[in-house]
This record gives sequence, C-alpha cells and structure tokens, in this order.
Amino acid sequence: MPQLDQILQTYASQIFWLLLVFGTIYFVIGKGMLSRVEKTMEDRDHRIAEDLAAAEHARVAAAETEHGWQDILEASKGDALRATQAAKEAVAKANASRLAEVDAALNAKIAEGEAAVQKALDAARGEIEGVANELAGDLVGRLSGAKVDAANISQTVKAVMGHA
Amino acid sequence: MAAEGGKIDPMHQFLVEPLFGNNLTVGGYNIAFTNSALWMVLTLAVIWLFMLGGMKRELVPGRWQAAVESVSGFISGMLRANVGPEGKKFTPYVFSLFMFILVANVMGMLPVGVVPGVHPFTVTSHFTVTGVLAILSFSIVLIVGFARHGLHFFSLFVPHGTPAVMLPLIVPIELISFLIRPFSLGLRLFVAMTAGHILMKVLAGFVIGGLNADAAWVAPVVSLPVFVLMVGISVLELLVCAIQAYVFALLTSLYLNDAVNLH
Repeated sequence: MPQLDQILQTYASQIFWLLLVFGTIYFVIGKGMLSRVEKTMEDRDHRIAEDLAAAEHARVAAAETEHGWQDILEASKGDALRATQAAKEAVAKANASRLAEVDAALNAKIAEGEAAVQKALDAARGEIEGVANELAGDLVGRLSGAKVDAANISQTVKAVMGHA
Repeated sequence: MAAEGGKIDPMHQFLVEPLFGNNLTVGGYNIAFTNSALWMVLTLAVIWLFMLGGMKRELVPGRWQAAVESVSGFISGMLRANVGPEGKKFTPYVFSLFMFILVANVMGMLPVGVVPGVHPFTVTSHFTVTGVLAILSFSIVLIVGFARHGLHFFSLFVPHGTPAVMLPLIVPIELISFLIRPFSLGLRLFVAMTAGHILMKVLAGFVIGGLNADAAWVAPVVSLPVFVLMVGISVLELLVCAIQAYVFALLTSLYLNDAVNLH
C-alpha cells in the first residue's frame, strides 16, 4: 500500500502542500468569499423581511382606509336618510297646514250657508206665523162670529207651532 | 492504472510521484511538488471557480449563485443545528473542510485516465492528508474547549448524572473515546476512499482481463456483467464521496459542540 510504504518519503511534501492548499482555502475562500456569500444571503433575508413588513404595513393602512371609507359611507347614508326624512316631514307639515286652511275656509263657507238657510227658515217661519195668525183670526171670525183680538190669536198660534 | 507485465496493479493509483524533480528541500524536509500536491491545487482551483459564481451578489440569484448559496446555507444550517448560534464563527473552517474533501473525493473519480499519461489522484485516499485534517479538527476542538472552559473542560469526561462509584470506570472510557476521535475521523475517510478505489480498479482489471482473454467466451460472461456492476459501483462511490465529506463535516461540528457547550 503506497500510503504506508511511501509515508517516510512523502509525509513532509503531503503535509506541506496540504497545509498550503487548505490554508489558502480557509483564508481566501472560507474567510473571504464565503463571508461575502453569507452577507448576500443575510441582506436578501433582511430585504425580504423588510418588504414583508412594508406589505403588512400597507395592508393595515388599506384596511384602515377602507374602514374610514365605510364610516363615511355610513355617515352619508345617515345624512341622506335624515335629509329625506326632513323633506318628508316638511312636505307633510305643509300639506297639513294647507289642508287645515282649506278646511277652515270650507267650514266658514258651510257656516255661512247654514246661517243663510237658518235666516231663510226664520223668515219663512215668521211669514207662516203671520199668515197663520191672519188665517186663524179669519177662520174664528167666520165660524163663530166672535171677534178675537190679534194678541190672543198670535199667542195661540205660537203655542201650536211649538214656539210658545 | 498501470499495466505491469499485463497485470493491473490496483495500488499503483495511490503512488505519490514527484512531478518536477525530487529536489525541493526546505530545512531538511523534502517538499517536492508531487501528483498529490497537483491534485490538491486543482481542488483549490475548482472550489475557487465554484465560489466565483457566488460573488455576483444578485438579489435574485441565478442557478450558479443559488448553488453556491445552498452549499453555504447547508453548512451554516448544520452548524446552527449542532452547535447553536455560536457555531457561526466555525462556518469558514467547516465549509473549507467540507468543500475540500467533497471536491477532492469527486476529482479522484474523474475519468481523466482516458487521456494517455494522465492519472486521477485521490488526495483523500492518503492517511497523511486525512490525518492532518483530523488533527486540525481535533486541535480546534481542544483549543476552543480549553479557551472557553479552562480546566472545567475535563468535565466532558464525566457524563451528566454519573454516580461517583462509576467514575473510575466512566472517565477512562470517555477519555479513550475522546482521544480516539482524530484517528476515527481520519481513518474513516482514508479507508472509505481507498477501499472504493481499489474495488473499482480490481473490477476494471476483470473487465480488461476478460477482453484480453484467449477464450472467446470470457468477454461476454465476465467482462460484460462486471462492467454493468462497475457502473453501479461508480454511482455508489459518488454517493460515498458526498457522504464521507458530510460525515467529516458533521462529526467536526458535533465535536465543536462538545467544546463550545460542554454537555
């Protein structure tokens, strides 16, 4: 086995070149290049973490904005509802007052008409009383020949007609 | 693979040969640039090229950058799971370990032998290499353990809730199991890679021997089934390459956990 047979002749060369090569690998590649590779990876991880944090931040902000928008929408809806309610109420009030006015005017007209009718009725009744007085005096005179005075007749007619 | 006298020597692939003369000596030690050193440098080059893809530093990674990031994320995830947040400072070491072993293992499997004169060499099939890596890991564990906990680090050998009567038995067992770690760590990788490569070379020898046999029936009866088996074994070996690199890195991080968090 050359590994053992040659060991005395080659060990110095093997160890020297191994230490030289491995030392170079350790200092140039392990300490130099590898640390830069690791730095790159760390930077990338850092960057990814930062980007994720920014995205999360933006998501929260968007949710907040949406929330605010929802609030505004809700408030606007309330305003609109109030405005329509107020308009409805105003219209209803105007209608009611207008109705009351018209009602009052109509009532006044009705009262006027009723008063006119009452007047006509009274006038008619007075006329009927006069005619009845005359007719009663005439009838009494013709039937009994007695002369009844007008006051008596008038009183009797009144009683008959329910005026008393 | 070397055909010596018509035979294939499955051990030849592990031979360490100087490439540019055998005379580079420093302080009495021969540190000649060998084929083993060449493949270590190639491993370094491949890892460096791979990591270049991760240097684009784009926010949305391309395929290559994503591959680099997933490997580094895999190692840092392993340390985070096994050691905790303090494991982060060991990421460069465990990453270097994992990448070096993984790439060296896979490079040893490359079929560059089809080019005449070029032989793949598996650096991690040499105990001198895996042993140094294991000792490195073990030393870091010792240094971190004693630096953080001082002499209290020895309480690692007393598992939680051990009765005082059992201490004379438990402490030596724990001590031995602790001291055996660098050997098991280095030997496991060395043995797995060596055994896999010997197996493949022996099977390849069967295929070639069958094709060169004088009797015509040997080729379809021996070479063909063995070749099919080799395809399967090759896939299995690629899996072993990744698993051994993972196991080495995982055990290192588990041992580091002992050193950092004691129990």
